[in-house]
Amino acid sequence: MIALLLRDLRLATRAGGGFGLGVAFFLILCALVPFGIGPDRAALAPVAPGILWVGALLSCLLSLDRIFALDHEDGSLDLLATSPMPLEGTVAVKALAHWITTGLPLILAAPVFGILLQLPVHAMPMLVLSLLIGTPALSMLGAFGAAVTVGLRRGGLLLSLLVLPLYIPTLIFGAEITRRGAAGMDVATPLVFLAGVTLAVLALIPFAAAAALRVNLR
Amino acid sequence: MSIWEYANPAKFMRTTDKVLPWLVVSATICVLGGIVWGFLTPDDYRQGSTVKIMFLHVPAALMAINIWVMMLVTSLVWIIRRHHVSALAAKAAAPIGAVMTLIALITGAIWGQPMWGTWWEWDPRLTSFLILFLFYVGYIALWSAIEDPDSAADLTGVVCLVGSVFALLSRYAVLFWNQGLHQGASLSVQSGERMSAVYRYPLYLSMIGFALLFLALVVIRTRTEIRKRRLAALQAQEARA
Amino acid sequence: MSLLAVHDLSVARGGLRAVEGVGFALNAGQALILRGPNGIGKTTLLRTIAGLQAPVCGTIKMPDDAVAYAAHSDGLKSSLTARENLTFWARVFGGGGIDTALAAMDLAALADRPAGALSAGQKRRLGLARLIVSGRPLWVLDEPTVSLDAASVARFADVVGGHLGQGGAALMATHIDLGLPDAQVLDLTPFRARGGPTARPHGFNEAFA
Repeated sequence: MIALLLRDLRLATRAGGGFGLGVAFFLILCALVPFGIGPDRAALAPVAPGILWVGALLSCLLSLDRIFALDHEDGSLDLLATSPMPLEGTVAVKALAHWITTGLPLILAAPVFGILLQLPVHAMPMLVLSLLIGTPALSMLGAFGAAVTVGLRRGGLLLSLLVLPLYIPTLIFGAEITRRGAAGMDVATPLVFLAGVTLAVLALIPFAAAAALRVNLR
Repeated sequence: MSIWEYANPAKFMRTTDKVLPWLVVSATICVLGGIVWGFLTPDDYRQGSTVKIMFLHVPAALMAINIWVMMLVTSLVWIIRRHHVSALAAKAAAPIGAVMTLIALITGAIWGQPMWGTWWEWDPRLTSFLILFLFYVGYIALWSAIEDPDSAADLTGVVCLVGSVFALLSRYAVLFWNQGLHQGASLSVQSGERMSAVYRYPLYLSMIGFALLFLALVVIRTRTEIRKRRLAALQAQEARA
Repeated sequence: MSLLAVHDLSVARGGLRAVEGVGFALNAGQALILRGPNGIGKTTLLRTIAGLQAPVCGTIKMPDDAVAYAAHSDGLKSSLTARENLTFWARVFGGGGIDTALAAMDLAALADRPAGALSAGQKRRLGLARLIVSGRPLWVLDEPTVSLDAASVARFADVVGGHLGQGGAALMATHIDLGLPDAQVLDLTPFRARGGPTARPHGFNEAFA
């Protein structure tokens, strides 16, 4: 399992791996929003938590189809399925690799982009915390969507269509934490809900994703 | 005599062939009866004549949710017992459910405009139905994207399962997000009688009509799907012979 | 020691039975070559034995974690070097002996080149070297000699011979004579699934036929 994780990380950081594209997309998104809304601080600050969370969501979506599609094309997925590693474990490791290469850079970059969007500085810890708890669920749900659409020629668009509705609870709780953090309110309730959603997703989705992969490998 | 015998396509076709005319006739009578009767009811003292859209809105919303539940059950039957008719029934039901959701959303908007002064309100119920519609769209798109029918049935089944959990989760997340101004349930067993009989009986009739309409449509569509599958199987055999 | 026992096996492709009633057994040191016209279901049969899809009926008996499967695509990452690719698969399958494998397939000089820079035949050899590092006894090979030149085919035959000598077994679909001394040949043509009215039950059943 560690071998698979290391290989995926190595592949992502080598030429053509697309490492950092997600963060670049996130930056562009955060830079474009003020052009649409206007430079007014009073207009930007209230929408900043939502924009940051939606931006993180979309940046995460960008690299989802790579989770299984490349391994499916070159036959690695067949070989991984015949290896001693359970397919559920493969899914979990793949999702973890996706989180490390996409989610983690987003979390680190988010406070900087928060400044661009006039998010108050005292809200930054809550922004980082909510992303830290929420993004693993995004990666795992994305791995599920990627597993369902892996054999399809035009899977990319369908993948977004399937995965984005699944992101709704995470988005609601994550953005709420950031908003409450900015307003200086208590964040315990949405924090507990967000953590609950993430833990349930991490515990159960690998089985659904592995089932979908088995169907697609037939 | 077990219920699983109807899972045999031939048996299903024979049975539905006899039942279908009755189903279509009774569905037509009940839907038309419910809506016409509803239209003849007096104006509500508070909501005026807008209340009449209820006879379309409430049954459609009810069916929108129930059809998803039916799809969940038939998907589970397919995954556990591998009955093809069950998977095809889920496939046949999805577009009907999507249309019901759309009817509920549109009639809700038309009803909401004079009541709330806006066509769209991010009210928890409306939002939940919008999310349900997104799930329907994804489910239908997945069916149409996969060529192999058995793989399609398996994958849509898994998506239906995961989607059901998340649709429910989204419902509560949305409640947390916005408390809303939608009126409460129009009919409720626990809270006793909240609606006068003048409205209640045409609404019951309309609900029964929509349920029968769904049954009729889903049977027709399932029969079509079975015939398509049979045709494909025969053609494949022909090509090989 | 029996490594593979297949009994009355039927497999389906695209919802239609391809071959049915196939049975054979492989013991340590034996090789079996599957023959048959294109489209009869050799690949489907091999994928079923590798555990990638379920049989329609019949049984497949083999020890746990016995199969090393190699098909048309080699599972190589073009941005990793030949050695890195091989090391990865060795770790996943819990095997080893990377240097031996590289030498056996005449890849030692190319070990530090990215797999993307290898020719089709060299990639194929790297894909077959993966079988050696997997450390698994039963090799299931689908057209292993595609894009190999004559010298490489001979080298590959030596490797398979060595594997059989060490108590392994090999099941392969190929049209090339590898020159393995005591390889059995199984022609799948008699096992072709019969369509037509005889196989069709009365009315129509869950298979819609």
